Amino acid sequence: MSDSTRAFLDVRDLTVSFPTEGGLVHAVEGVSFSIERGETLAIVGESGSGKSVSAQAIMGLINRKAGHISGEVWLNGQNIVAMSDDDVRKLRGSEMAMIFQDPMSSLHPFYKIGAQLSEAVRVHQKVSKADAKAQAIDMLGRVGIPDPKSRADTYPHQLSGGMRQRVMIAMALINSPSLLIADEPTTALDVTVQAQILELIASLQSEFDTAVVLITHDLGIVADVADDVAVMYGGRLVERANVDDIFYRAQMPYTLGLLSSVPRLDQVTSDRLDPIPGNPPSPINLPPGCVFQPRCSYSHLVGGTTCEMQRPELLQINADHFVRCHLDEAERVRISTEVTHVFHGGQA
Amino acid sequence: MSDQPLLRVTDLKTYFPVKSGGLFRRSLGQVKAVDGVSFDVNAGETLGLVGESGCGKSTTGRSILRLIDPTGGRIELDGVDVTDLSKKELVPFRRTAQMIFQDPYNALNPRHTVGSIISGPFQVQKVDPPGGVRAAVQELMERVGLNPEHYNRYPSEFSGGQRQRIGIARAIALRPKLIVCDEPVSALDVSIQAQIVNLLKDLQEDFGISYLFVAHDLSVVRQISQRVAVMYLGHIVELASRDVLYSRPLHPYTHALLSAIPLPDPDRQKQREQITLNGDLPSPMNPPSGCVFHTRCFRAQDRCKVEIPELVEVAPGHVLACHFPMTDVVIGTRIEGPNSGLVEMPHRDVEAPSEVIADMAEEGLGGPVTADYVGDPDRD
Repeated sequence: MSDSTRAFLDVRDLTVSFPTEGGLVHAVEGVSFSIERGETLAIVGESGSGKSVSAQAIMGLINRKAGHISGEVWLNGQNIVAMSDDDVRKLRGSEMAMIFQDPMSSLHPFYKIGAQLSEAVRVHQKVSKADAKAQAIDMLGRVGIPDPKSRADTYPHQLSGGMRQRVMIAMALINSPSLLIADEPTTALDVTVQAQILELIASLQSEFDTAVVLITHDLGIVADVADDVAVMYGGRLVERANVDDIFYRAQMPYTLGLLSSVPRLDQVTSDRLDPIPGNPPSPINLPPGCVFQPRCSYSHLVGGTTCEMQRPELLQINADHFVRCHLDEAERVRISTEVTHVFHGGQA
Repeated sequence: MSDQPLLRVTDLKTYFPVKSGGLFRRSLGQVKAVDGVSFDVNAGETLGLVGESGCGKSTTGRSILRLIDPTGGRIELDGVDVTDLSKKELVPFRRTAQMIFQDPYNALNPRHTVGSIISGPFQVQKVDPPGGVRAAVQELMERVGLNPEHYNRYPSEFSGGQRQRIGIARAIALRPKLIVCDEPVSALDVSIQAQIVNLLKDLQEDFGISYLFVAHDLSVVRQISQRVAVMYLGHIVELASRDVLYSRPLHPYTHALLSAIPLPDPDRQKQREQITLNGDLPSPMNPPSGCVFHTRCFRAQDRCKVEIPELVEVAPGHVLACHFPMTDVVIGTRIEGPNSGLVEMPHRDVEAPSEVIADMAEEGLGGPVTADYVGDPDRD
């Protein structure tokens, strides 16, 4: 495939594993997705699903001595997996940037925020200290920090959680990256502040035409901001579709299980929630067949030992809807209709 | 006795002194974490207590259990005033009231086996359960969905959800009448959250336990509570039955809080009108004058800056502290401007509350009462 037809960010068959004393941890296995500039892809999954490791692999943040990475990560025509660490470092902070969950541990406590921001500028641009400082103050103003000139001279601990997250966003976006990865950017924040931050990311995204990969466990945020959704479970991508297909026509039993597990703010559909039984699998000891099989309420419909023993392939249902499941299509559609009907307020 | 609520909290105040870091630990003032909070919890009921971090919801829960000593006010549990009980006198009180903590990793001693953790309450209270401690503990383990054969395992061998089950088994060991749940599911994955919420509901049905459910996740609170109280900066600003609070909240803060939470439904989410509050929570050391919310309120008037709104019952079971309640707005609909359809609460009128709503309705300000968060008649 030539570069002109390749998506802006194109992840192909990404696999990351870490050797540990307890055995090989298969953190991510065969994950593929793509995203264009200006779009938002949400990666959804529970703890241990491999969503953060995938993001770190894209950013080139996985220590190659500690983990094995295979597959391809194409950003704007360059394969990050095949690049040297030095070359990736040049891209990081300029072409691609990341926002982390906890702003306090991602900002240096000893340096003033203005200094930390101007350092980010000077690493990637040949500008004077004064120019870098001016850019830093300008960016702080753009992320909605009041009185940016004097705030630039404060330390991270003098700011509230929401303000620190704004500083992180300012630092991530100061070199106008074309790819922004936000790993649970609002999980540590209160809902009213979360709304402010999501709005800020969206407005900066449209200003800079940024591709955003948003990692979250909150389905409300997904419905709010995502164009496309990748659902991960046990290190695998189990379903991928546009946001409407995920919420109204999801077909993978895990995605449907997630939907039935969430209590809704706008309605109480039934007295009891319908949780997924059991616990997520250990990444050292993944089931040999479908990773979700031990918790799946529908695998008996497939019959035999197919679900237990065979890894399901990622099936393409339509142009942008993929699902990894052994159930036949009629069965999946039937289950999907049932579950989504109840989820969106219908009677069981 | 039967008419009495199980828990009655009256004008609860918990202040923390703030001292300088210097040699003499000069007093710099105090943080009014909880400042005059009153509510009841009935037998077998769940009262949700919601608010943002720093609003005093956890401090309220801990003060009620006397894990923190309150500065003022009164706490009555089951007809007994427990506000000033000494440490020794508190021991029997702990049989009636227990707690479930947020972090299942730090709430369990890593060097104790599950069996000894769950049997802790029996030992402390010198209770000899019929059939022996081990049998009782294993029965509890089974009741909360743990394998009783794991009696001798350590907390590190369990997942987060299973650890929270251990914490729950310990809390229900003495069949308490009240359990304060402090963010019991916020550290858990979505699919595990639902399991724990269901378990808490089942236990309530079986044993008639009352919960004070402290949480910031309003969706979870809606699922489990009968009534919900909203706190802001140490004060309760609104308390109502669940359905009223979620469909027709009167306090601008409740309204903003609800509208800030995105719905897991792309179509509905697109139709919704979001109110974005500006700024952060003010410092509780230096709370704003008048109504504590006025610095972030989109309906604030001059009066709000000077006059503290009193908590009055505006309808049966619905209490509110606001000068300009949102009687004209059904949640999810557009708010025209900051001052549209303002209805002022009568000045310090504690006597004639429920007519206020009736008057507003007569003036056509009530709008349609919909039980739905987004008033979309076509959906269903």
